[in-house]
Amino acid sequence: MSGFSLSTPQSAVTRSYRSQFDRLIRRMFWAFSALPLFLAVSILSALWVKSQPILVAHPLAELLLGSAWKPQRGEFGFLPFISGTIWVTVVALVIAVPVCLLTAIYLSEYASGRLQRLIKPLLDLLAAIPSVIYGVWGVLVIGPWVQHSIAPFLSQWSHIFPIFTATNPTGYSILAGGMVLAVMIAPFMIAIAYEVFQTVPLGLRQASLALGATRWQTVKYAVLPKAISGIVASLILGCSRALGETMAVLMVVGNVPQIPRSIFDAAYPLPALIANNYGEMMSIPLYDAALMTASLTLLVMVLGLNLFSILTLRHVLREKK
Amino acid sequence: MSGTLPHLETQNLSAYYGTTQALEDVSIVIPRHQITMIIGPSGCGKTTLLKCLNRFIELEENARVEGKVLLDGENIYSPTVDVTEVRKKSGLLAQRPYPLPMSIFDNVAYGLRIHRLRSRHELNQAVQQYLQVAGLWEEVKDRLHCPASQLSIGQQQRLCLARGLAVEPEIILGDEPTSALDPVSAQHIERRLIELKERYTIVLVSHILRQARRLADYVIFMYMGKVIEAGPAHQVFNYPQHERTRAYLSGEF
Repeated sequence: MSGFSLSTPQSAVTRSYRSQFDRLIRRMFWAFSALPLFLAVSILSALWVKSQPILVAHPLAELLLGSAWKPQRGEFGFLPFISGTIWVTVVALVIAVPVCLLTAIYLSEYASGRLQRLIKPLLDLLAAIPSVIYGVWGVLVIGPWVQHSIAPFLSQWSHIFPIFTATNPTGYSILAGGMVLAVMIAPFMIAIAYEVFQTVPLGLRQASLALGATRWQTVKYAVLPKAISGIVASLILGCSRALGETMAVLMVVGNVPQIPRSIFDAAYPLPALIANNYGEMMSIPLYDAALMTASLTLLVMVLGLNLFSILTLRHVLREKK
Repeated sequence: MSGTLPHLETQNLSAYYGTTQALEDVSIVIPRHQITMIIGPSGCGKTTLLKCLNRFIELEENARVEGKVLLDGENIYSPTVDVTEVRKKSGLLAQRPYPLPMSIFDNVAYGLRIHRLRSRHELNQAVQQYLQVAGLWEEVKDRLHCPASQLSIGQQQRLCLARGLAVEPEIILGDEPTSALDPVSAQHIERRLIELKERYTIVLVSHILRQARRLADYVIFMYMGKVIEAGPAHQVFNYPQHERTRAYLSGEF
């Protein structure tokens, strides 16, 4: 009977063709998924190869911990740049984290739906502003503000907090860079933290509210602990963006290769070093390789931070379950 | 039951979500220290009515309430009333348990702590007492400081019961509190509720008629946002006055 034609050899052939095609598609998708990993590895190895000349000539510790940057004399110490990167990033985080957390909490837990729908797109818009615009704004507004208002004000307490010592007559400083950077990473941090809060089930909030807890108690004891791992992830993501941000920071941070002691010192973060100097003064021996090593250092810092965050998150999540 | 004042009462209560009316002119009484069950087909407004009783309705976007809900004669929607006090007086059992992200002990102690009871000794005592009332003590007494999320879902629901009782409410509100549980755990909860009605007024929403017949002392039947019939359970189940109630009870919809 024709009704049993499904089991004829012809249809078996069709099935095997379909499963072959399926396997092909599967391999193709695998290849595409592997592409990012391949890219990361190839970038890392290219930087590694290009930094070899200087790594052979100088021990790694001397490069990373050396504080003198005099390429003409063959002295390549990255410490000023590494510490500049860290200073600017830390200042940006100190400014951005509390503001972002409170904003995300407000938007997710207190604001009405209408307000949320109004403010969210505005925040996303902030994330779309090109970084050079932030840089110009930093030069025009933040720099003079730091120079004329913040530095004179905070330096009154410099005998208690040495990091407030006013050392720099211009506004081009770590604080200015950190402030611009804080504004730049805020939209990302807020957006991710908000999404994380939104994943906390409504029933959990209701459970707390039903016991007569206030909104704030509910946020503090029910929502935040449930969301903490995601919040940490959002902060670290913001942090790694801050580490790598180049344009806006180099426009306001002063770019002096020194180890900073105060937030009013000028600094010279790694990305600024690379962007300012690559393609120039290439006649100096080992200069090219030094910049590659700087890139490698930056990349390793960002990757290390992300790896650390992933491992921490996994640990936190496992502990909670 | 004659002679006892209604514990809760609604007067001309209407609720809206935006322009949709979910409750229409609901006036009911909920007798003290009995199990009142709100029954009706899905979408009839049972859960909305329950949410009006502890002002949870205000957590919904665009929700609006008209009319009064009287708790011991006092309108809980009056502007001078503190909403946290209203909610403290009524424990909530949700459809599925939501243990707070903390230990078993801290879950039960949570309500006490937010209402400013701090003494270690009193906390220990209260936690044990309410876990016993909820029928969970024997199962968890050796691991009070483990995360509550490690419990089975039936145990979690009993934990939520203990957590709710710990703030010493007068009323227990349950929104289909056994619907996510296996039959044995559901039976556990039902047995607790029957014990608890001696001291608490219990209001349950249920779409399981058999459960309503087992538990209810007083029944409110709703349809399309209106209360069709309300009265003592034996009366409503055996001698329904309204055509719709009869149809629903015989399983026609």
